[in-house]
Amino acid sequence: MFESLGDKLQGALKSLTGRGKLTEEDVDRALREVRLALLEADVNFLVAKKFTESVRQRAVGTEVMESLTPGQQVVKIVHDELTQLMGGSEHRLNFSSQPPTVIMLAGLQGSGKTTTCAKLARYLKRQGRNPLLAAADIYRPAAGDQLAQLGDQIDVPVLDMSSSAQPEDIARAAVSKARSSGSDTVLLDTAGRLHIDEEMMEELSAVENAVDVHESLLIVDAMTGQDAVNVAEEFSERIEITGLVLTKMDGDTRGGAALSVLDVTGCPVKFVGTGERPDDLQTFHPDRMASRILGMGDVMTLVEKAEQEMDEEQARRLEQRLREDKFTLEDFLEQMQQVRQMGPLDQLVSMIPGMSPHADSMGDLDEAELVKAEAIIQSMTPEERRSPDIIKRSRRRRIARGSGTRVQDVNRLLKQFSRTRDMISQLTKGQKSQAAQKLRNMGFPRR
Amino acid sequence: MSNRNGQRSDRESAGLWGRMKVGLEKTRQRISEGFEAFIDFSAVDEQMFDELQAVLIQADLGFDTTERLLDDLRIRVKEENLRGKQEVLQALSELTLRMLETEPGSREMQLSDDLSVILLVGVNGVGKTTSAAKLAWRLKKQGRKPILGASDTFRAAGIEQLQLWGQRVGVDVIHHSQGADPAAVAFDTVKAARARDCDVAMIDTAGRLHTQKNLMNELEKICRVIQREEEGAPHETLLVLDATTGQNALRQAEMFGDALCVTGIVLTKLDGTAKGGITVAVEDQTNTRVKFVGLGENVEDLQPFSPEDFVSALLGEF
Repeated sequence: MFESLGDKLQGALKSLTGRGKLTEEDVDRALREVRLALLEADVNFLVAKKFTESVRQRAVGTEVMESLTPGQQVVKIVHDELTQLMGGSEHRLNFSSQPPTVIMLAGLQGSGKTTTCAKLARYLKRQGRNPLLAAADIYRPAAGDQLAQLGDQIDVPVLDMSSSAQPEDIARAAVSKARSSGSDTVLLDTAGRLHIDEEMMEELSAVENAVDVHESLLIVDAMTGQDAVNVAEEFSERIEITGLVLTKMDGDTRGGAALSVLDVTGCPVKFVGTGERPDDLQTFHPDRMASRILGMGDVMTLVEKAEQEMDEEQARRLEQRLREDKFTLEDFLEQMQQVRQMGPLDQLVSMIPGMSPHADSMGDLDEAELVKAEAIIQSMTPEERRSPDIIKRSRRRRIARGSGTRVQDVNRLLKQFSRTRDMISQLTKGQKSQAAQKLRNMGFPRR
Repeated sequence: MSNRNGQRSDRESAGLWGRMKVGLEKTRQRISEGFEAFIDFSAVDEQMFDELQAVLIQADLGFDTTERLLDDLRIRVKEENLRGKQEVLQALSELTLRMLETEPGSREMQLSDDLSVILLVGVNGVGKTTSAAKLAWRLKKQGRKPILGASDTFRAAGIEQLQLWGQRVGVDVIHHSQGADPAAVAFDTVKAARARDCDVAMIDTAGRLHTQKNLMNELEKICRVIQREEEGAPHETLLVLDATTGQNALRQAEMFGDALCVTGIVLTKLDGTAKGGITVAVEDQTNTRVKFVGLGENVEDLQPFSPEDFVSALLGEF
């Protein structure tokens, strides 16, 4: 398993601490590690080279900020540059002033076009638009059925013509159907194709010529390797790509392909796919992506996810308790149950900087461990839950018996509880934004 | 797809690996400055090693494997005093082949004479369903009697897709409705195979990311159910990997391997410009062998894996 980039740089540049400026040599040493991190993340070889060379200019001679060690300073520069390269802030979809807006999705086989189509339709619908899905994949068996079923699930109309129609006819039909039925956005799901398949690439430009396409989104599997540049280059030569969608980002890939594709097309990533449900589409955050590519975790997504899933009422109550220093085992249980709602533990852990290597071992501790903890807490009396300090040996034995666990399990849980209590009370002493800031700073791990 | 097959039959004569090389040729012309520089190299020096590094990394071999190969190559170059480009590339190709070396027969499917169960697993969009159909077609051509099981009950129209493939290759498909228990479908497929006197039950599962614990557990359950029904089954658990995938393929192989007894790999989509170099690391580190490669969209485009052809496509002709 790879260590996080921050750790590695720390090691590489340890000797430097205390000196004032980054010398050329320091920077070169650091950038070798950065380049490695990029390659491990599947950033294309040439793109990685180009990128590190451009960063080099900026890093040489930079003052080493007091609070940061040189390694962290280089990571920060790299991180900033990456973020900037990936487009600074969010990019939105272009809509035509004269409806319908036509959005075409294209990409390799299996990159996730059909699923993304449905997710986009769902997203647009939530924004108050009225989308129409059109199945222009006439090759893959049951592709039309798939889109029709997805459309059904999200309650969006689908145009699925007979398989003898050509994709450009389907595109035209979709536009006229949208006009007559009052849909303001047409989502064209095209067939997956290899970028070197002459006939199939020709077909894509035929569709582009047949109707006014306002957005051509290239769908890219986040797990793609070095070949991403070739794919992007061929696609952008044939059609006018306006944006990218990165799919399958819910796995553990670092997604360096994003940088490669961006470098070739010059197009911003507009969305990322983060799961199999129609709701699993998020807008793209360059800073988070930069952290992820560098192997620094994705803390902001974690914070956001926590905010999303946390019941506000519960959160307020919890805050109150914490302020009064009354965090109890009951709250602890509630917390654990909420964390569980946020998704698989290992997935959460992998978002924490420096923790991705441990995500594996955390995975095993998920369900079974939480069930055990729940049983233990539920075997306590209300009094014990409120003041855990009274739980001494004989109570521990009783609780273990009652919950079908061992005394060691009870001990461990109590230890976990007190650690959590300390950590949370520290975090909540500052304002919420400060807490978030603190988490963000963790992007540069200190040891 | 039928109209497409018609249009393309003339291309088949080109030979499948040949077609793959055509794809590679194209990339070489287009993008890989590294490759071109490499082809032109004049002397055996550090610059040459840098260029070889670029080629190998761009073929998705990954940094570690690349460095290992180049370290070994450095030793060979020194020991044997290699001076010419041909010699160096020959040595590199031998070293790469050595990493793919394996016991005879380990790239073949281990099927029983009676009923064999084959399970196909992998992440989303790698080509499991297509591979299942192509594999069924292949086995049928070899005189076996396969049956397909649609255990992908999650994906919208996953069942329909396999059914259409079943019709195309002339193989029965056992299915339930969408959302059904995939293990139950697998169970019924094995039962049906017995009842209909089939000798291969090929089970297509839903794509799942290896990081999703509960979905991985579901696969384990499918396996258990099959085992209970048929001793020694599944005889083959094939992990389908997409050649376009980069370093993550190693994680996929590791984690699917942890959850299941993976007996082989199907490497799909090798007909593009991706070279699937991560396979070298996967074979080396997980000890799982590639048994088949997907070289196109037609049913006959699933072929047994040949390390020699793979390496020569990886490094180019020289």
